[in-house]
Amino acid sequence: MSGAHAEEEHISSYGFYVKIWLALLFLTFMTVSVSYVDMKKFTLFTAMLVATVKAGLVVLFFMHIRFDKPIFGVMLMVTLIEYLIFIVLTFSDYAYR
Amino acid sequence: MSTAVVNANSAHDSHDAEHHMPYDPMGIKIGMWLFLFTELLLFGGLFIIFAVYSHMYPREFHQGSSHLSVPMATFNTFLLITSSMTIAQSITALRTGNKKLCLSLLTFTIACAAGFLVVKSFEWGAKFHHDLYPGTEVYFALQPGESAFFSLYYLMTGLHALHVIIGGILIAVVMRAVSKGTVNQEKYAFLENAGLYWHLVDLIWIYLFPLFYLVG
Amino acid sequence: MSEAAVDKPKVNYYNAKSGIMSWLTTTDHKRLGIMYLYSLGVFFAFAVFMAFLLRLELFTPEIDVLTFGGAQAGDLYNRILTLHGIVMVFLFIVPGLPAVFGNFCLPIMIGAEDVFFPRINLLSWYCYVLGGLFAIFSIALGGPDTGWTFYVPYSTTTGHNVYVPVLAAFIVGWSSILTGLNFVTTVHRLRNKNMSWFKMPLFVWSLYATGWVQIIATPVIGILLLLVMMEKVFGIPVFDPRIGGDPVLFEHIFWIYSHPAVYIMILPAMGVVSEIIATFSRKTIFGYHFIAYSSIAIAAIGSLVWAHHMFTSGMANEARVIFSFLTFFVAVPSAVKVFNWIATMYKGSIRLSPPMVYTMMFILIFSIGGFTGLHLGALSVDIHLHDTAFVVAHFHYVMFGSAGIIFFAAMHYWFPKMSGKLYNEVVAHIAGVLFFIGFNATYFPLFIAGYLGMPRRYASYLPEYEFYHKFSTIGSWVMIFSMLLMFGNLIYAARKGKKSSDNPWGGATLEWHTSSPPPTLNFDKLPDDIPGSYDYPLEVVK
Repeated sequence: MSGAHAEEEHISSYGFYVKIWLALLFLTFMTVSVSYVDMKKFTLFTAMLVATVKAGLVVLFFMHIRFDKPIFGVMLMVTLIEYLIFIVLTFSDYAYR
Repeated sequence: MSTAVVNANSAHDSHDAEHHMPYDPMGIKIGMWLFLFTELLLFGGLFIIFAVYSHMYPREFHQGSSHLSVPMATFNTFLLITSSMTIAQSITALRTGNKKLCLSLLTFTIACAAGFLVVKSFEWGAKFHHDLYPGTEVYFALQPGESAFFSLYYLMTGLHALHVIIGGILIAVVMRAVSKGTVNQEKYAFLENAGLYWHLVDLIWIYLFPLFYLVG
Repeated sequence: MSEAAVDKPKVNYYNAKSGIMSWLTTTDHKRLGIMYLYSLGVFFAFAVFMAFLLRLELFTPEIDVLTFGGAQAGDLYNRILTLHGIVMVFLFIVPGLPAVFGNFCLPIMIGAEDVFFPRINLLSWYCYVLGGLFAIFSIALGGPDTGWTFYVPYSTTTGHNVYVPVLAAFIVGWSSILTGLNFVTTVHRLRNKNMSWFKMPLFVWSLYATGWVQIIATPVIGILLLLVMMEKVFGIPVFDPRIGGDPVLFEHIFWIYSHPAVYIMILPAMGVVSEIIATFSRKTIFGYHFIAYSSIAIAAIGSLVWAHHMFTSGMANEARVIFSFLTFFVAVPSAVKVFNWIATMYKGSIRLSPPMVYTMMFILIFSIGGFTGLHLGALSVDIHLHDTAFVVAHFHYVMFGSAGIIFFAAMHYWFPKMSGKLYNEVVAHIAGVLFFIGFNATYFPLFIAGYLGMPRRYASYLPEYEFYHKFSTIGSWVMIFSMLLMFGNLIYAARKGKKSSDNPWGGATLEWHTSSPPPTLNFDKLPDDIPGSYDYPLEVVK
């Protein structure tokens, strides 16, 4: 099937995955140790920031979005943006109550 | 749970014998991703509830969070991240023709899933020991808001644990298919989809972990 | 199979195999479409009967019809009203067009042999039927009395059985998700290589947009229904104010799904309208790109307006203003479509066959439904009209009068393709006109009564509303009669009708380029050069 061949995907090496894994472990270590420092309002922000970086690594490299056709990334972004809008609009109520 | 059925099928669905459509791993993967979006939004609904309540009761949520065990959850995070790596590597192994390595990586992944559940059951067990679960007197004696925290704690980590179980079963099914050879170097979409599902389980935990255990 | 080929001139999807098992295990999208049609028909008839009882009760101001079984006054009414809502919304109007006509037509329209996941398609049908059976089964347990919205705290505290219908809605939700997932994948991967995105029929575009809404919105209500069950069955409260929960949050999450669900209902209908108007005006659709994009725009904007259902629930003022403002935006893409349809008809060579007549009625009814929607979207007016019969009239205009009548139009449009037979057009016209009269007679008085203050969901009312209710009830009888006539006509035609040609309406989309009924794999031979979906030959066919 020549068509299927054209869509042959990138294969990542074992070592590459180990690097991502180390990065994820480092971020986990960081977020846990930082949680013992009281940063008031920034606690939630940093925790979410680190989580999002971790999630980004998982999605881009483990889930291969980085190497797949752009359509996957576009679909994912559509879904995430939609979800963000759900949250923002829900808070248009709760933030002003 | 219909999600299990769905997942097994969407990952597994090759085309009907009487149709002559070519094997299309990319299409199967699109289907899988769309299914993952539904999973994301399934949890998404719960995350919205969590966000609203933690906005309404910041102090009570902090209070509730201090009852949870950070070491256990950190260890579980470690397990999930590691298993996420091994299942990604198993795809590399299968696609470069190393079936044996693929199977051992998958076995390791299932072991991590089992480990996660064991730790989780200790964690829940400790709460149950103190009667700290919805419906008890201890639970209703909590501050309003703190009890909501625990409702959400059980619902969200419970639903996540259910997904760990489903994921584990799914990986076991894939392993059988790999060892029988129906999933192989050429036809690897099922393994890839099981991997995607497992990464999703990891992904949700990446957010559950700081929200429940650390922000408090 | 070869024997059948000898006595019958042509093997098609319908006669290729026989026996009940060949249907129950089929993965053929056309057969699944037919199976959905039958099962949908059963649930629809059931819900219409419920509505008939409700209208009968409202014929007089007192509670005098629904009093049997020693029920408390109004209690039976509440339960029938709930069942009517659940069955109509979750089992008829949400799955309706995509499940029946989407399944039947989408793969053919894009030149494919089937949907991408044929077995998941079958699973989806089983989810649908299982959910439907649960919903019907709940009657045996007394039936729920919460209304189809299952609002907490009532749904978690009422003594009536709630979890069975909640479970039913949950399962049907999965059917909806799987269908949407299947359609989106199919459109991405199985389009014929000569069919680019902007050559696709507009019905396919609308199904694609609908598929996305189904995928993104449905799980949100799935989890919500699960939470209601958790609270009811395992006693894990989430929205209970005793633990600091907020029932308004339930409403938010409920409408995050249920408002987009309105677009799941209406978008495919709009797609069908585009097909029918182009075919019967024999003109290229006006503003193809705008109609295609407006489907996406409706799907997108439609998911930003949910809280306009909650203006009186106690939200923050800021939120009410924002949602009211956003609501007006949805009207824009809807209006784009209406103007394009009218422009397509302009100077067209219009043939008033039944599907076209139904569609023209749709445009009128949809416009009324849409405009009254603007009344309700306007914050200050809504405070007056909220929870009155005005709302009931509005959503019946949009759901039943628009999506519903297009379901009938689609039935008449694709009937020759599905069955290979022709129906009696005169009877279909009479039924259509009677439906139009009956429909407006039923629901228009409710606008007035609602404006004057008649609340919704009440079994009894003050005598000053009696005229409107009597009018409405009599209208409902006309409407039911017209539907019996319509279905009777089609059922008769399916058995005894004249044989139809492959392209009785002179349509240009691909389903008209195959035989009627189509063969199992849809095309004996696909046209080499895929024609444009709206390229009509200049001379009139036939």
